[in-house]
Amino acid sequence: METLLNDFSPGLFIVQAILFLALIGLMVKFAWKPILNSLNERESGIEDALAAAENAKKEMQNLQADNKKLLKEAIAERDALLKEAREMKDKIIADAKEDAKEVTQTLIENAQAAISQEKQAAIAELKKNVADLSISIAETVIKKELSEKKDQLKHVEKILKDVTLN
Amino acid sequence: MKLALKSNKQFVLLFFIFLSTLAFGFSKTEKHDTKDGGQINTKEEVEAYIIHHIKDSHDFSLFSYTDSEGVRKHFGFPLPVIINTSKGIVTFMSSEFHHNDDGHVIVEKDGLKFAKIHSKIYELDADAASVSFDEEHHPTNAHKVLDFSITKSVVGILLVGLLLLWWFSSLARQYKTKQIPTGFARVLEPLVLYVRDEIARPNIGEKHYRRFTGYLLTVFFFIWVLNLLGLTPLGFNVTGQLAVTACLAVFTLIIYTVSGTKGYWMHMIWMPGVPVLIRPVLAVIELAGAFLIKPFSLLVRLFANISAGHIVVMSLIAIMFVLKESLGVVGATGLSLVLSFFITLIEVLVAFLQAYIFTMLSALFIGMAVDDHAH
Repeated sequence: METLLNDFSPGLFIVQAILFLALIGLMVKFAWKPILNSLNERESGIEDALAAAENAKKEMQNLQADNKKLLKEAIAERDALLKEAREMKDKIIADAKEDAKEVTQTLIENAQAAISQEKQAAIAELKKNVADLSISIAETVIKKELSEKKDQLKHVEKILKDVTLN
Repeated sequence: MKLALKSNKQFVLLFFIFLSTLAFGFSKTEKHDTKDGGQINTKEEVEAYIIHHIKDSHDFSLFSYTDSEGVRKHFGFPLPVIINTSKGIVTFMSSEFHHNDDGHVIVEKDGLKFAKIHSKIYELDADAASVSFDEEHHPTNAHKVLDFSITKSVVGILLVGLLLLWWFSSLARQYKTKQIPTGFARVLEPLVLYVRDEIARPNIGEKHYRRFTGYLLTVFFFIWVLNLLGLTPLGFNVTGQLAVTACLAVFTLIIYTVSGTKGYWMHMIWMPGVPVLIRPVLAVIELAGAFLIKPFSLLVRLFANISAGHIVVMSLIAIMFVLKESLGVVGATGLSLVLSFFITLIEVLVAFLQAYIFTMLSALFIGMAVDDHAH
């Protein structure tokens, strides 16, 4: 212990204190402060970059989700359009069918009306012809009766045989 | 980069100018008056040699030998001696002591006489012509002076200070132009991050750590580089000087004392939550802990570890001489080389470990002082 105390040099203590104080001051000013600031800057830079990358990733995901949504919508729209077109086609066909039916119906009706008209006309003509024939028969009959009854009857039959009812 | 390169060159140039001014006495041969011619063979001589070499020195000696005429030659350079005497500051070069360390060479300056005994400079009393010793080899007619000399340790401190400034300011400059440093600075960056993230941040806390990181970084690299420098053949033993470690411990003491919060002082002086009668007792213990035990543990741990390391390495090297007779030259040298090689490896680890422990404990003490003590 005594040799230790004897070895202790107060002068060296003072010199070391002064030099070390100066060293701390110089190191802090010229080394530690700029180094630590740069390190901090770099670390926060890295942190920021990581956060930015994370954000970019999220945005990318959002974008992809958006794209998916858009695609889905487009598909849905296409489907809707197709469906509409199909429906329209069906409707047009149905309408056309309906129209055709109507037209046919009308045509049939018209034809029927024309036929019945013709028929009526034919019947009317037949009636007129029958009436004319009847009148002519009656005329002849009346003329014959006036001569001979028996001949007259024969004559009627003969006329009737001639007349073929169409 | 260009700028950094340019200033590096300037720095190297400055450094060489500094070295060459110091080394003007380089390779000057000196007459030495020790009887044994500087040879060390016995156990006692080894012990004395080791004790001498873990002490601070006023010369920067690289090696010495005895030539064929028996004249001791020293290679190295002298360092300036600056002492505060009874007649004010006196300066001269350490070469004036002619490498004498037992008080036989008297240097006369400004009418005062000085002698160097065991790496300490003594001022002789006015009427004394030479130093006389008592039985315990203490000088009776001389007293120690306040010694501000640029000793070997101070050279080490200056060297490490300049190295640290050079390395870390170049690292700081690199950040101006690039995000990731290149070259040697790339090695330094993880060390800085290590001290910040493993020592400062966890011990002091997220809120306050930034204020003390500068000090902790300086202390860490100062101690570590000085420890490593002590393992080189240059033979620095700066962190093994009690004055240096004491100074570092005092710095930590001042920092945690000044930055102590109200809660810290309350817990020290008037501990809440314990019976009132026990509080003064606790206060004494706590005060002793804060002002004596903590700094003392810091300074002794570093000093003792580094000094012990130096002593062990030198002792193992000394096996070469001490066991020469019993093991033969080859055996003793081989044993010595193997053992000192492995112990030096351990010392490299210890160099880091002690720097780490000192910084870690400093951070811990500061952390305790700035803690909010919110229970």
